[in-house]
Amino acid sequence: MKSVAIVGASLAGLSAARALRAQGFGGRLTIVGAEPHRPYDRPPLSKEFLAGQMTTTDLALEGDGEDLGAEWRLGVAATGLERGRSLRIALADGSAVEADGVVIATGAVARTLGGDLAGVHTLRTIEDAAALRADLGAARRLVVIGAGFVGAEVACVARTLGLDVTIVEAAPAPFARALGPEMGTALAALHEDHGVRLICGAAVRGLTGEGRVDGVLLDDGRRLDADVVLVGIGARPVVEWLDGSGVLLGDGVVCDAGGATSVPGVVAVGDCAAWFDPALGAHLRVEHWTGAARRPATAAQTLLSGGAAVPDTLAPPYLWSDQYGMRVQFAGHTLPGDEVSVEEGDLASRRFLAVYRREGRMVAVLGVDQPRSFTRWRRRVNEPAGAR
Amino acid sequence: MIPACPLAALPRGEALRIETDPPIAVFHTEDGELYAVDDTCTHQDASLADGWLEGCEVECPLHASRFDLRTGRVDAPPAKLPVRTHQVVVQDETVYVVPSDLPPNLPPGVRTGSA
Ligand SMILES: Cc1cc2nc3c(=O)[nH]c(=O)nc-3n(C[C@H](O)[C@H](O)[C@H](O)COP(=O)(O)OP(=O)(O)OC[C@H]3O[C@@H](n4cnc5c(N)ncnc54)[C@H](O)[C@@H]3O)c2cc1C
Ligand code: FES
Repeated sequence: MKSVAIVGASLAGLSAARALRAQGFGGRLTIVGAEPHRPYDRPPLSKEFLAGQMTTTDLALEGDGEDLGAEWRLGVAATGLERGRSLRIALADGSAVEADGVVIATGAVARTLGGDLAGVHTLRTIEDAAALRADLGAARRLVVIGAGFVGAEVACVARTLGLDVTIVEAAPAPFARALGPEMGTALAALHEDHGVRLICGAAVRGLTGEGRVDGVLLDDGRRLDADVVLVGIGARPVVEWLDGSGVLLGDGVVCDAGGATSVPGVVAVGDCAAWFDPALGAHLRVEHWTGAARRPATAAQTLLSGGAAVPDTLAPPYLWSDQYGMRVQFAGHTLPGDEVSVEEGDLASRRFLAVYRREGRMVAVLGVDQPRSFTRWRRRVNEPAGAR
Repeated sequence: MIPACPLAALPRGEALRIETDPPIAVFHTEDGELYAVDDTCTHQDASLADGWLEGCEVECPLHASRFDLRTGRVDAPPAKLPVRTHQVVVQDETVYVVPSDLPPNLPPGVRTGSA
């Protein structure tokens, strides 16, 4: 392989570039990124950066003086992928990049509710975070729509800034998709301890206000006053640009357990990719930092070996979240019906470790302020039932 | 030289945090080697003594960067800077640490009491 193009210049794209070089790829490397910025870190956008404790410089993902010998095409989006003698990536400015291998790393974008009222935010980019921070500084009441991790972290920062905060969630329990209803409710208690109002099982009918938002209307007729609204209803993979390319798409780019797509010479990594997870027997799109940072090493191997090295297991998905100074950590994947038990600490103290089991096998673990034991339990996720 | 603990109190595979300023973590590897590094990860405020010890490396409990205990070198982000290493001495069945006089690589927001 003489040349590789990476599309998406964030965590997964940068990690792929590093992995390719570390694995001995000495050819031409082009990195295309729609954002004008060098790769930056997103987790602090809802935490330290939003709270004003971190600056733009602190967000840089590249090391001082790091040089991958790549050509960076920043501020221009890829618009298509064509297959000919080589692979050809069309760019929005009319130019194109040709390469023998392609890494798709276009990540995800925040889902929105539509409309154009001022004071309504989503949070995915550095610009989003700066705008939200400016707005929170002048506001009294924040309504967060959707009880997921990003929304919860923003709620947390807003509470520290002294705002009145309400979280509205359509499902019966918060964080239910990631943690299941039981542990979702347990984690919600942490927010209630800190004075956040949580309304579950309530769908949002619409937003009110003229020019600027002043409230959130719920399906049951209730209206919540709001100066600022954060829409935290998840993210969708950025894959439209691959329509018609022959790359198989599902919930993101469909990949095998080594990151290979349906098109030879094309791999996908990070939030846009749904890798086959042998432990689950299904494709799963994972939207967490560690996967976007670590899986590119496997994908680089797949690309450089022509797909010869598909691993038979994947490290379980891992996420962390910081809420009110508590470290929330979760590894694995839970499905409705899993059995959950608290193995260390207790829910009342808000410091606990819970294990999820399916047919006797441990499939996931959640730690709230238990980094030491979490690190140990995490190793055992997906071990065969009865081991140890 | 700072006394850490009796050698018998630190079995292989275990780690111990000593409350120096900044704190130091002492590791006893499965192979029987002893190493000491600053306990605080260079990325954020996490205790490396809480991490996962494998061979001569410790994996940070929060975001899984791995540090080589012999050199302090970090393998992959999020941590970018090496962790400072210290010398370990065993005398009369007691583990001692000889603190380094190089400056530590503490994460943003974490300071030593004296600095
Ligand atoms: C506010 C926030 C907080 C988070 N907190 C945590 C956390 O605490 N823990 C955790 O585990 N994870 C967290 N995450 C998730 C983590 O940041 C993501 O998993 C990670 O950023 C994924 O990296 P990625 O490179 O796959 O995608 P992204 O970071 O989404 O980057 C994709 C890049 O591709 C570019 N792009 C898109 N389309 C094109 C195109 N057509 N051409 C060229 N470039 C394109 C985009 O502009 C973007 O720069 C958080 C995410 C957010 C937004
Ligand atoms: S705190 Fe150690 S890697 Fe982040």
